[in-house]
Amino acid sequence: MASQTLVDRAQDLARDAQSLSLDLQVLARDAADQVAMQSAEGHDSQILVMALTVFVLAVFVGYHVVWRVTPALHSPLMSVTNAISSVIVVGALIAAGTGGYGFSEIMGFLAVVLASINIFGGFIVTQRMLSMFKRKQK
Amino acid sequence: MNASLATLFYLVASICFILALRGLSHPETSRAGNRYGIAGMTIAVLTTLAVLPEVNYVLILGGIVIGGGIGTVIARKIEMTALPQLVAAFHSLVGLAAVLVAAAAFYNPAAYGIGAPGDVKTASLIEMSIGTAIGAITFTGSIIAFAKLQALMSGKPIVFPMQHWLNLGLGILTIVLVIWLCASESDAAFWLIVLVSLALGILIIIPIGGADMPVVISMLNSYSGWAAAGIGFTLQNNLLIVAGALVGSSGAILSYIMCKGMNRSFFSVILGGFGGETAGPSGGDGGERTHRQGSAEDAAFMMSNAEKVIIVPGYGFAVAQAQHALREMADLLKAKGVEVKYAIHPVAGRMPGHMNVLLAEANVPYDEVFEMDEINREFAEADVAFVIGANDVTNPAAKTDKSSPIFGMPVLDVEKARQVFVVKRSMASGYAGVDNPLFYMDHTMMLLADAKKMCEDIVKALAD
Repeated sequence: MASQTLVDRAQDLARDAQSLSLDLQVLARDAADQVAMQSAEGHDSQILVMALTVFVLAVFVGYHVVWRVTPALHSPLMSVTNAISSVIVVGALIAAGTGGYGFSEIMGFLAVVLASINIFGGFIVTQRMLSMFKRKQK
Repeated sequence: MNASLATLFYLVASICFILALRGLSHPETSRAGNRYGIAGMTIAVLTTLAVLPEVNYVLILGGIVIGGGIGTVIARKIEMTALPQLVAAFHSLVGLAAVLVAAAAFYNPAAYGIGAPGDVKTASLIEMSIGTAIGAITFTGSIIAFAKLQALMSGKPIVFPMQHWLNLGLGILTIVLVIWLCASESDAAFWLIVLVSLALGILIIIPIGGADMPVVISMLNSYSGWAAAGIGFTLQNNLLIVAGALVGSSGAILSYIMCKGMNRSFFSVILGGFGGETAGPSGGDGGERTHRQGSAEDAAFMMSNAEKVIIVPGYGFAVAQAQHALREMADLLKAKGVEVKYAIHPVAGRMPGHMNVLLAEANVPYDEVFEMDEINREFAEADVAFVIGANDVTNPAAKTDKSSPIFGMPVLDVEKARQVFVVKRSMASGYAGVDNPLFYMDHTMMLLADAKKMCEDIVKALAD
């Protein structure tokens, strides 16, 4: 009889231990998720700060480089920057290149067309202008 | 190609873009600069294609061939006088492309790694809406600028009561919509941002008069850069951010230079309304003033006996397509031992540097062409100042008459030359609608004719 209760007790204990371990597992998973999420948030803000750093530095570079451009070449400057801003084609390529034919792909395709007009048109017209600037023939 | 390698290639492309701008510091290095630009763009496109997991060549190559073909044809055919319109049209395309890319990213964020539909990161949504808004403003704003430059609509400013409050209201509405978009990620919010920004683009540009067009073009140039940078933030792509920032600051500097060339603050240009109302009472009480009229023979005689002639070209000379006739005239004078120089005002023409391109097209060597600051002192020692198709940039009232609308604007000191010739079609006032006392000075002779015709006549008289 005594041994019977002992076995029962042992069984209860084992059951308790099992449920406890399950709880622990859930807890551990939650904790892991939370840590992962926090680090992801930290990662996101880090990306934004990095992007801002790049942006501000590029504005400074642009400022100094553009002030050195001779006023005689301000028109070519405008057309070449116009072509350069069409680097937005990178975003368009990603949208158009997914393999599907949905809304985003059509948007991407149209953006590729527009940006290409600009890239080719901008660089060619700049080339045309610059080829006209000649020194005095001595 | 893995992501780190791609980032490195993007860095190379960014450097190429910086070198492209750097090359423009001198005409000799500028052609190499343009090649750097092309190289940078090629690297950018190839890298993107290599890094994509799956490439739909039908759409991509199709798009590049169609767009590239159109762009090539337009760029080869365009007249250099129509350059400002062309640049305005190109700006509008960048703006629209930015809106389309943002829309694609909004509906398929997974492709850009910024979340799933309906679960886009808030930061990305904000960046996306900024890119979209600037892109949409650039798009419609540039279309209005194009229409004004192409004379499809009047260059006169369109003003109505409460205009600026309406613009401010729409600006605030855009911010509210961005907050709504971040909170709900609803399609309606996204498209409303697009619609409101499109309207804002139109409303911002219509009150700006034709005389301020050089500023407007530079400003839209700047916007197209900021739009690209905004999209760069969304896509977390450093190349787009760098390129956008370069273009944005370049446009901003050009706007500043243009504003300074007209002695106008950036805000007064934006607020608009300038150059519409015709000549207010400026320079005296409008009493009887007489001008002396001369002939091609007079001009030919005076100039061939001069030691130094400074030519001041303006937009009117470009419209008349007088570049080649003028060059021929200058060549004949040089053959007679006359020193010939060209003086360019910063806002001559309809976009920054426009006049330099037009002179270069007529084979005028760039070392005979001088900026205002370089040559202004030389007018005092010049025998003849030959003003052709320019008006407001030579107006001495800008220096003396406080009541003049262009008072304070830096101008070329043409009146200091011993003899001034002004080639003009009629005695009407200039683009800014301001009367010019230069025309009534004792040592000024008006040559009232089409600029090209007048140059050809002078050439004939010189040849005799």
